[in-house]
Amino acid sequence: MARFVSQGFLRLDAVVPQEINERAVATLADGLPDLPYGIPLDEAFASDTFVHELLALPVVAGAVKSLVGPAPTVDHHAVHVREPHEGQAQPLHGDAIIDVRPDAFDIQLMYYPHEVTADMGGTLSVPGTHLRRINETDIGRVQNLRGQRRLTCPAGTVVLLHHGIWHSGRRNDTARRRYMYKLRLNPTVPQVRLWDTTDLHDQAVTAELGTYFPWCEQATARLEIYNRILLWRALTGDDSFDIEYWVTRVSNRPALRSHA
Amino acid sequence: MRQQVLVLYLSTSALDSHVVGWSRYDGTGRSRPTTGDSDEPPYPTGLAALQDGWRLFQASQMLPPQAGHEYDVSFLKHEFFFEKLEEDPRP
Repeated sequence: MARFVSQGFLRLDAVVPQEINERAVATLADGLPDLPYGIPLDEAFASDTFVHELLALPVVAGAVKSLVGPAPTVDHHAVHVREPHEGQAQPLHGDAIIDVRPDAFDIQLMYYPHEVTADMGGTLSVPGTHLRRINETDIGRVQNLRGQRRLTCPAGTVVLLHHGIWHSGRRNDTARRRYMYKLRLNPTVPQVRLWDTTDLHDQAVTAELGTYFPWCEQATARLEIYNRILLWRALTGDDSFDIEYWVTRVSNRPALRSHA
Repeated sequence: MRQQVLVLYLSTSALDSHVVGWSRYDGTGRSRPTTGDSDEPPYPTGLAALQDGWRLFQASQMLPPQAGHEYDVSFLKHEFFFEKLEEDPRP
């Protein structure tokens, strides 16, 4: 979870069986019907659909529950297609509109039912950008950032993204359509200690949350950590958590505690 | 004449600090740079671009944080626009 708070995504390589992948490719080619906004996840997909089976996989179900808790609702879902030799990538963007909730986040499940090679236009994402306050494609001018990830993956890979991460569907330079299924989920419970917290005080947690990313400006990198600390406090309910005193130092107001 | 435009995002407001992001726009139409098309920047610093003949024509202003939003993070702050002029390739 600390890595998700730091990087803004969780990647699960080749976790979906080939039988589900093959059914998914056949289904995605025909498109999927829209769902009503806010429908409970438990009611959204019939038991004979590939999405139901995908979400029932223990590794996927466990990740979803850890991130958004039990009984999430479906925001929307979509089939994303990068057409062969389409010549242009999407501009870098964050999905939906600017979203500054300090104590909640949505996840976007991205499922790749077939192998994605380097020239197939796999999703570009920039680890650690999810807490930047931007509105959709306003960042489209930015083409490349140090540390960006151009997704290549085996069939059956699932990536769970924080709603705010900067990403783009890359240019597909092959003769083959590239499919991706996306499902956005909204939490319905406070996202507090929803995961296995037995190692909550491990030093590795602090190390993950204190990561500096190569795309980040020298000074603003410290503010990134500051904001991660606030999110970690919200997710753990521990208002004393800090890294290198970044939050404590600038919150120290002796005059407010004085009775003199 | 046609413009080649290079946008560099730097680590600090200093032009000789290192590049953290970059974009290219080609007014000649000979190339079509796009999102996510390279993993290494064309220059290590903004100064290195100057030394290679790029002309700086705009730098982001140094704006103080907005009151109440001092800890917010948003766009990359240190944006520098460069150009090179080339002959129009069309007859």
